Amino acid sequence: MSEPTAPAPAAAAPLLTLSGVHTHIGQYHILQGVDLQVPRGGLAVLLGRNGAGKTTLLRTIMGLWQASAGSVKFDGREIGKLATPDIAQAGIAYVPESMAVFSELTVRENMLLAARNGPLDEARVEWIFGFFPALKKFWHYPAGNLSGGQKQMVAIARAIAEPRKLLLVDEPTKGLAPAIIQSLIAAFRELKETDTTILLVEQNFSFVKSLGDTVAVMDDGRIVHAGAMRDLVDNQDLQQRLLGLSLDSHQ
Amino acid sequence: MSISVVNRLFSGDLPRSRALGAALVLIFLGLALAPFLTAGARPLNTAATICIYIVLVASYDLLLGYSGIVSFAHTMFFGIGAYGIGLGLSSAGPTWSGALVGLVLALLLTIVLALIVGLFALRVRAIFYAMITLAVASSFAVLASQLSDFTGGEDGKTFSVPELLSPGFRLIENDIAGRAIDGKLVTYYIVFFGCLALFLFLLRLVNSPFGRVLQAIRENEFRAEALGYRTVLYRIWANVLAALVAALAGALMALWLRYVGPKTMLGFEVMTDILLIVVIGGMGTMYGAVIGATLFILAQNYLKTLMADSASALTGIPFLAEALHPDRWMLWLGVLFVLSIYFFPTGIVGKLRGNRAQH
Amino acid sequence: MTSLVPPPMPQARTPVSALGPDTALPAAKRDIAPLLLVPVLMLAMLPFVGSFPTWVTLTVAGLAMGMMIFIMSSGLTLVFGLMDVLNFGHGAFVAVGAYAATMVLLPMHGWLEADSLLMNLAVLALAMLVAMFVTGLLGWAFERIIIMPVYGQHLKQILITMGGMIVAEQLIIVVWGADQVPLPLPTSLRGAIVLGDAAIEKYRLVAVVVGLLVFAAMFLVLNRTKIGLLIRAGVENREMVEALGYRIRRLFVAVFAAGSALAGLGGVMWGFYKETLTASMGSEIMVMIFIVIIIGGLGSVGGCFIGALLMALVTNYVGFLEPKVALVSNILLMIGVLMWRPAGLFSNARR
Repeated sequence: MSEPTAPAPAAAAPLLTLSGVHTHIGQYHILQGVDLQVPRGGLAVLLGRNGAGKTTLLRTIMGLWQASAGSVKFDGREIGKLATPDIAQAGIAYVPESMAVFSELTVRENMLLAARNGPLDEARVEWIFGFFPALKKFWHYPAGNLSGGQKQMVAIARAIAEPRKLLLVDEPTKGLAPAIIQSLIAAFRELKETDTTILLVEQNFSFVKSLGDTVAVMDDGRIVHAGAMRDLVDNQDLQQRLLGLSLDSHQ
Repeated sequence: MSISVVNRLFSGDLPRSRALGAALVLIFLGLALAPFLTAGARPLNTAATICIYIVLVASYDLLLGYSGIVSFAHTMFFGIGAYGIGLGLSSAGPTWSGALVGLVLALLLTIVLALIVGLFALRVRAIFYAMITLAVASSFAVLASQLSDFTGGEDGKTFSVPELLSPGFRLIENDIAGRAIDGKLVTYYIVFFGCLALFLFLLRLVNSPFGRVLQAIRENEFRAEALGYRTVLYRIWANVLAALVAALAGALMALWLRYVGPKTMLGFEVMTDILLIVVIGGMGTMYGAVIGATLFILAQNYLKTLMADSASALTGIPFLAEALHPDRWMLWLGVLFVLSIYFFPTGIVGKLRGNRAQH
Repeated sequence: MTSLVPPPMPQARTPVSALGPDTALPAAKRDIAPLLLVPVLMLAMLPFVGSFPTWVTLTVAGLAMGMMIFIMSSGLTLVFGLMDVLNFGHGAFVAVGAYAATMVLLPMHGWLEADSLLMNLAVLALAMLVAMFVTGLLGWAFERIIIMPVYGQHLKQILITMGGMIVAEQLIIVVWGADQVPLPLPTSLRGAIVLGDAAIEKYRLVAVVVGLLVFAAMFLVLNRTKIGLLIRAGVENREMVEALGYRIRRLFVAVFAAGSALAGLGGVMWGFYKETLTASMGSEIMVMIFIVIIIGGLGSVGGCFIGALLMALVTNYVGFLEPKVALVSNILLMIGVLMWRPAGLFSNARR
């Protein structure tokens, strides 16, 4: 990654590169020069406490908020100035913190929206039912009647109903029961087997420590650490410094 | 007069522009000396209407420009004040006590209605509030015209005023500068000084801490709430105060016209006039009401003759003649209104002050 | 994983709880209370009205009026739900639609006066289509020119659309004159059908049928087509629809034009209902339209439908039973509904 001390992996060009990205919301300067690289394939984790700017970063990538400076390159293309629908069409799927499931629509209709051209891929839907069995059961129920965990499944399923190059996921485990979190871990493990790159924003370190390949830590609108997940997991002092807690106490 | 006295009088809200200041002085002098600068009833009527509309629009600016509240119920309060005086004088006879009782009852009704509408509707979103006030005001207007035994119905009611104010009464036997010093003159100066006082009161209000909180709420309600201000309370207060001033303006109007009627006081036309004036004059400036009302009333009374002449000159050409017909002056006003929202969001006053549009 | 498993139930089927937590069936709460309001009201009024024939007449009148108001308001509520734009000038489309229809109706008045149901309905249908076309076109222009520059600024939208309506009204007078235009009903649609003691006006039946057709068409489009899906999702969360890759702003103009066309259709029907056209008919009806969409919930077509029927029925019943109260019955209805559901009967627009 971009840390000078970490050994540079001999990998292909990163899928997503942010350089010097600043974002202002009103008069608030949230992102203060973000430099981030997300390698192709695998799961990259973005950690940081509340207010660090993680959600803002995802929204900026998605074009929901305009970056006031800097560049966002995706798959070789500059997408910083594009409108959200175009960014989505370039191959990025977004699972927001609020899940943004359409309550009045059924689970099926939520998924249908993900199929931009033509019908849903039956085989792919069956594959999704494999790690989210609840969705099959509630296929024709209005999504608004589902529980929090089930809604999260709908949101993720909707994002992966068609293959996408990059998946942006914002705090999927927030407020969920441990059993559901286990299902999500299983789902992400399956996803990692596919071609999809995942950028996962989280505060729950224990959730991501086994899933993530690379990790970046954000604080006050900047990336303060980036490297392999393995290195962070093995280094208690580093964890203490960056996250304020050690691995054990966070469980 | 030293600068500090002037400052205190205007509550620190000076015109801040030579052109604007000059215009205001001109208008002030014009209105103050109107009876002696002009002859006949029509110019005096225009002047009195200008005074009253200045206050009516300024009180609406308190809501729209300073608090960011869109309400269509403003004419309702104007009408209540007018009908208070009107019904008081017509039922109790032309006595001061009759007028006073009517006025007090009208003001009480104003407070109650403003509170109800405020409490009920200010808890909902601005769009809802606008629609609800529209519905309430139109129902009120319908009520007023239907309860004809009480209110005089569609045609309204004429009534007599106390002797001091009646045209027959002479204060001084001789004319001054060609104008008879009669009850009409007395009424005019009651209207003039009443409106002046109300306007200065509004100026003081918007420049007080209360007014500044209102503006903060208008800019960013969330933030104001976070800073500890109970925004709903402030909005309700703004609503009540604006309504009271509007009611007092209505009372003065009734006193001047010696007539109350739904068209002149409760009609939707009055509401559109207010909106047009406040936007074209300049929202959130108070002085916008002064400039706007003056221009509007003058145009309404004198521009129409100009239009009529042009229309007759163009009688050959089909649409053009119709479009310039004096009754179509609303068309041009409407166009001016739409254009000024786009190109002059700060209104005439903003342009004079050289403000760059913040919107 | 599960710490608390209740003892298995005696039945043969697998107890729901044993499937693990969070697989419990979601509450199948179908919000049916608002759907019952109209039938309950109609039935409840029967004893008050007393005579069954009168009740039938009043009810049909209410339903007819309600359908027309629904047609006029449905576009407005959908536009607000989807685009977050409140068009205070919506009434202009109602008036323009009605006046535009006269461009067909006056030259073809022979067809109107002929005592042939087929000819009457044909010219009526033509007039409606022309009205919808003209107002649809006007709506498209209105959206692009007047509304697009003020997206997201509610204050300016209210002011500017009001200004637009004032200008439109004045332009109608410039083009068609300030006098009222009489619009007599087509010959075969005048008068009433008599069923027993009850008289049901023929035109009102037509209005009810048209209203139901429009509602059915809207329902089908919204619920069975991809565009309808996008609209329903967009009403809830526009941002997310964009994040799914749809350029939903392109839909805006289409929805706005469709809403304006519907207003125009409503205008034609209202013109025949009142048998007269005035330039201010649009602004006169705005209050009723607003009350209806407030009652129904901004953004909800179903709510608008129920709200319109409710309001029209209440107006007719109260007008018969207690005429003095009829003046404020709309306001009282609105207040009543808002006290029960502060955001309207159905509110799914998440704002």
